[in-house]
Amino acid sequence: MALVTVENLDIRYGSNTVLSEVDLVIEPGEIVTIVGPNGSGKTSLLRALVGAVPPAKGRIVRSRGLRLGYVPQRLHVDRTLPITVERFLRLPRRRSRADCLEALDRAGVPELAGRQMSGLSGGQFQRVLLARALLDRPHLLLLDEPTQGLDQPGSAAFYRLIAEVRRETGAAIVMNSHELHVVMAASDRVICLNGHVCCEGTPEVVSSAPEYRALFGTGTGGALALYRHEHDHAHDGGHDGGHEVAHDHDHAPKEAAG
Amino acid sequence: MLDDFMTRAILAGLGVALAAAPLGSFVVWRRMAYFGDATAHAAILGVALSLALSVSIFAGAMAVALVMALAVSILSGRGYAMDTLLGVLAHSALAFGLVAVSFLSGIRIDLMAYLFGDILAVSRADLAVIWSGAALVIGLIGWRWSALLTATLNEDLAYASGIDPKREQLVLTLSLAITVAVAIKVVGVLLIAAMLIIPAAAARPLSRTPEAMALGAAAIGSVSVVAGLWGAYLFDTPAGPSVVCVAAIAFAATSLAGLRNAAG
Repeated sequence: MALVTVENLDIRYGSNTVLSEVDLVIEPGEIVTIVGPNGSGKTSLLRALVGAVPPAKGRIVRSRGLRLGYVPQRLHVDRTLPITVERFLRLPRRRSRADCLEALDRAGVPELAGRQMSGLSGGQFQRVLLARALLDRPHLLLLDEPTQGLDQPGSAAFYRLIAEVRRETGAAIVMNSHELHVVMAASDRVICLNGHVCCEGTPEVVSSAPEYRALFGTGTGGALALYRHEHDHAHDGGHDGGHEVAHDHDHAPKEAAG
Repeated sequence: MLDDFMTRAILAGLGVALAAAPLGSFVVWRRMAYFGDATAHAAILGVALSLALSVSIFAGAMAVALVMALAVSILSGRGYAMDTLLGVLAHSALAFGLVAVSFLSGIRIDLMAYLFGDILAVSRADLAVIWSGAALVIGLIGWRWSALLTATLNEDLAYASGIDPKREQLVLTLSLAITVAVAIKVVGVLLIAAMLIIPAAAARPLSRTPEAMALGAAAIGSVSVVAGLWGAYLFDTPAGPSVVCVAAIAFAATSLAGLRNAAG
């Protein structure tokens, strides 16, 4: 039984169509990475899954009793709002102190419970958001560009954490990334988005080949993988000018051949 | 005890201060300060209308404040920035209100009483209205507290938790209209926004959690009411503005304390 089924989804902001004809099925326990350039509709897709943007066309069917955990890309806590990390974790539902501390520990930031939210660094903030999402024991965890602003070892550490979370809780994970070619190795599927679904496939785990090692170093513990874009449709221009620029080196030869 | 005008004034002021504390905290967190101002200005139109139609001032002020708040909620994000929209609506409503008042030839009304309030003239019936309104506002906000707070932090997080931020915004809008309507008599239109914002802002440097800030605002607001009225009695100064002056001094004091803590 799929957790979420997206059928023929269009999203519009005013007269501006940001996503069209997206079909997507998310199964329990799988890790899906959505890649795409800026403005490709990745965040809109996640927000639609959360229920924050209504579909302009098509539909989103959630399985009954689905618990969602959502980690937004950016969250600005105004300095006028005093709130400790622990209080933040208890919003909107009450949690025991032990549960809060366990979630923070799980997210790798056990020392932050008493800190003010407005004083956290970007990376700390991300992990607190993750801890809050985990408290709901979600069936589906939605992460919007969780590694933005992290360096490569930082990204790798975060990906290892996500893989552990999946292993321990069995939650399905859908994650956005603007990195077109380097994705989380544990991804079961990679979806390339640019206003529509361009292509879908499995990542190639970074092998022990020396050129990859030279590129990514050995310190990432196998958390990163490559995604090779396989486009099975022609781009007749117009709606996605930025797309060709984004990874033409991948499919340019194919198109030249065809 | 309620025969004493001073006792009634203090009770009326406390009612407004207690309702304004949690509401004012949200006004500060959501950067809605000007929204409170605008709703209050619009209430003058409500006063004029209620005098013309001979309905209670509370009902008239409440209705116009509500219409105004809803209009802003609906129109915002459709081509005009929030502050532009509020400026247009607030000042138009105030102007229409003042013009409407001039048509009420048969009735002599003291406009100053609505601009600055007349807390010393509060009757037992006014007290009942103020405390019912305050209880309603405190009840509403208390009931929706966690949802409101989540929606204030981030709308998408609210959606993910099954909370509709638009509905929570409506709760705040409604509370704001009620507070303005009951507070008109006490502090007047021009000082309502002050009672919303200053105690909450004064409580900010002393607070580590949202709840502490709301309680701190209630305490500072209450002390301001009592000390302000006492000072007004002692020095024969206008009552409403004296209350706001005490709150402003409290704000200066806690801000300085906050600065010292940050430095040390």
